[in-house]
Amino acid sequence: MAGEDKKQQPFDSKAASSLVAELRGAFASGTTRSYQWRESQLRGLLRMTDEHEQDIVAALRSDLGKPELESVLYEAAMLRNSCKFALKELQRWMMPEKVKTSLTTFPSSAEIVSEPLGVVLIISAWNYPYLLSLDPVVGAIAAGNAVVLKPSEIAPATSALLAKLLGEYMDSSSIRVVEGAVPETTALLEQKWDKIFYTGNGRVGRIVMAAAAKHLTPVVLELGGKSPVVVDSGINLQIACRRIIVGKWGNNNGQACIASDYIITTKDLAPKLVDVLKNELETFYGKNPLESKDLSRIVNSDHFTRLTKLLDEDKVSKKVVYGGERDPTKLQIAPTILLDVPRDSLIMNEEIFGPLLPILTVDKLEESFDIINSGAKPLAAYIFTNDKKLKEHFVNNVSAGGLVVNDTTVHLAVHALPFGGVGESGIGAYHGKFSFDAFSHKKAVVYRSFMGDAAIRYPPYTNGKLRLMKALLGGSILGILRALFGRS
Amino acid sequence: MEDETKAPEEMERELEEMRECYRSGRTMEASWRKSQLKGLLRLLREREEEIFRALHQDLGKHPAEAYRDEIGSLIKSVNYALDGLKRWMSGNKAKLPRLALLTTAKILPEPLGLVLVISSWNFPIGLSLEPLIGALAAGNAVVLKPSELAPECSSLLANAIPHYLDDKAVKVIQGGPGIGERLLLQKWDKIFFTGSARIGRKVIAAAAEHLTPVTLELGGKCPAVIDTLSSSFDRKVAVQRVLGAKFSSSAGQICIGVDYVLVEKKFSSSLVELMKMMMKKMFGENPRESQSVARIVNKHHFLRLRSLLLDPLVKSSIVYGGSMDEESLFIEPTILMDPPLQAAIMMDEIFGPLLPIVTLNKIEDSIEFINSRPKPLAIYVFTKDEPLRRSMVSKTSSGSIVFNDAIVQCLVDTLPFGGIGESGMGRYHGKFSFDTFSHQKAVMRRSFLVDVWFRFPPWNDHKLQLFRSSYHYDYLGIVLTVLGLKRTNRASKGI
Repeated sequence: MAGEDKKQQPFDSKAASSLVAELRGAFASGTTRSYQWRESQLRGLLRMTDEHEQDIVAALRSDLGKPELESVLYEAAMLRNSCKFALKELQRWMMPEKVKTSLTTFPSSAEIVSEPLGVVLIISAWNYPYLLSLDPVVGAIAAGNAVVLKPSEIAPATSALLAKLLGEYMDSSSIRVVEGAVPETTALLEQKWDKIFYTGNGRVGRIVMAAAAKHLTPVVLELGGKSPVVVDSGINLQIACRRIIVGKWGNNNGQACIASDYIITTKDLAPKLVDVLKNELETFYGKNPLESKDLSRIVNSDHFTRLTKLLDEDKVSKKVVYGGERDPTKLQIAPTILLDVPRDSLIMNEEIFGPLLPILTVDKLEESFDIINSGAKPLAAYIFTNDKKLKEHFVNNVSAGGLVVNDTTVHLAVHALPFGGVGESGIGAYHGKFSFDAFSHKKAVVYRSFMGDAAIRYPPYTNGKLRLMKALLGGSILGILRALFGRS
Repeated sequence: MEDETKAPEEMERELEEMRECYRSGRTMEASWRKSQLKGLLRLLREREEEIFRALHQDLGKHPAEAYRDEIGSLIKSVNYALDGLKRWMSGNKAKLPRLALLTTAKILPEPLGLVLVISSWNFPIGLSLEPLIGALAAGNAVVLKPSELAPECSSLLANAIPHYLDDKAVKVIQGGPGIGERLLLQKWDKIFFTGSARIGRKVIAAAAEHLTPVTLELGGKCPAVIDTLSSSFDRKVAVQRVLGAKFSSSAGQICIGVDYVLVEKKFSSSLVELMKMMMKKMFGENPRESQSVARIVNKHHFLRLRSLLLDPLVKSSIVYGGSMDEESLFIEPTILMDPPLQAAIMMDEIFGPLLPIVTLNKIEDSIEFINSRPKPLAIYVFTKDEPLRRSMVSKTSSGSIVFNDAIVQCLVDTLPFGGIGESGMGRYHGKFSFDTFSHQKAVMRRSFLVDVWFRFPPWNDHKLQLFRSSYHYDYLGIVLTVLGLKRTNRASKGI
């Protein structure tokens, strides 16, 4: 039955509503709650990724021109790691967490029990279409939910592959894929879900949250922003540049939510920085980067046009110091560096999401913090420096989803760190246990005995009871004794 | 109230000033946060009499009730926050795999910015200040909008807070729905709302425009499931706790109060007899004179509750109480036996001193009964039966579930307090309050000294193999590959 949701008839409101009803029935039957089910589904995802790695690589090449190494590393391997980590920790995550109770509710014991939310909707993005579809699914399954996945239509080969593979490897009574574009997504968003997990941009994020609002559905929104890189002097510039380059162009050619969006550095350091960047870029991608096999292409002509518009704006077109070449037939734009772009240019006012790297220059590096904080809070912010004071100032004063000192993007791979935004860059977080938590309800459970009651709790209310109550809530035994003997 | 007439530009200017104050970094300092919390403590201690008066005037609460449910609980919460503040602010180290040499990772909490707290009328002091504790401990600037339906308490807060807290960073804005709507049009870094689901939807819809995260503490119909208890002592305690939870806290106008009771048919009549006896003990022969029953907050709610009893089938199911006095907004604690399930009293959250008892054939049927209705904020189960206990925990879903008591879960600082589904989203109390008003920022620090050289293009199979090994934390594999002793997957497959 499974992934054949791409039927002949359109997937409309009615179809969406009956899909949800079906999954609610499956959830109500209790299937998804057992440890065995969750474990078997996670193993299914693992096997699926192992056995079809080459198909995944091919789909990503078709959708994005993604180099094999990036597909294997940033999509397949990361997803595998996610599954393995969840499998390793699942039993522990599922266990209730005992908590301490105090004198005020004595005698009692209490714990926090994690339970699944129910039926959840996951809407994923086009730039890491395999990973960003399945990584949230790992969390949803680990937490015991039934899942509907809506992959991005802008990566159609991967979307079709997911529909096919999930149909073969997963329990289709509780895990389904709906392919499609705006009409299908709209139909899905009209339904009542127990959680919606969305990865994408702020404009659609607002639409998702507004739709969720009608049903009081909680959401996780993984959005984006302009992730800045602050570069100080007195560092190993070559290493810094390599890390910046691989974090930008080595990540889907800059089409990644946590890729370095722009650089801020001092006027003094800028020329040297540009030189080192040029050298390293040539080492990585050769003299003709448009020919390099190690760069993804721009995903489609819409984005190609958008990016060339950023590049060709009058204010900015003379600021190109490296690159700028483009090939519309291959939808490819060469790694491009721009120096000293004006703050009010188009390129500095939207998330670039492409292979263009503007550099802003300031007199003193401390000015960079104001620049960053005057804009919307980004998903990530980076700084390269050996200055301890600058590091601390950065960490304590720059607000972003996540920060990295002396590198870029690597925090993505650390399971123990929550991955998510703040402000315009998103709501909620996931990865590792945070994924499990994102798809769970943490239910408070209190066990009381019939013994140990205090008459003071109940009417009739008197001033004596009031005194005793004060002492009891204050929690001090001495106070309680004093009140009992009428002394406070 | 004066704030209603404030011009929109004036409100925006005030808020912009507050944002400036936040940006200056003042509220982030530990010393500022401590001083605000201590200020709250002083407010609660020094203005205690005033608070008692205001609560009595707005809701007819006796000081014992006011202390138990609001002042005392707040003092406990402030002390808990003062105690934990330093620890909470310092964040948590994150465990890294061994491969990550000379790297550290940490989760650092930071304030969100300028937050809005909208509180409800039934615990007008408690529900205003409890979220405030979290917001201040987390280092935010705060606007508090108390409920206009508890006007004395709203005024008290508006007058007192500027004296005890930093009036540049903490403001009280009074008013009704008009002010509420205007506030919701602004951009906040978080909105914390306590109230009805109807308004909750409006809050989250407004928040969606700005991608503002929200916590919604809503309500629902919290059932009390009373199993057939063999010990008479247990029976007495159970009844006392259920009746106390229903009638002695804000006259049932409480989101986590007992809304209705579920009991087996064969136990129901002795239960009712026991209840009647207990009611007399708690409220005397003349409950209206007893000072132990709070008033209904206003005429609108009084009329709403009265209309629940107009349906003749509902009226005829009353087995105790039923008298009302519009003049004094008093409704006598009332028990009903098996009113029709389609009647409004069994469909909407009652939020008043009317207690329906629903009888079932078997107590296990309560699970299906509860599950066929929206998820409540709390479920209360009075039983000593282990299998029933386990079933209730695993087969029902609610914000919280309490065995053999009611309401007390809100006093446990180590438990998250919040709803699920229609009863809300998000949680607070204890450290959860701090967390709900914080952003958990991931911070990673790397050294320049160590890098894996194969991180960088140009790509080849050799590098690919190294990556595979490192992703598997297969250190031996890495060493062998670097030494050229391990063939790549493709080479070994003969490709």
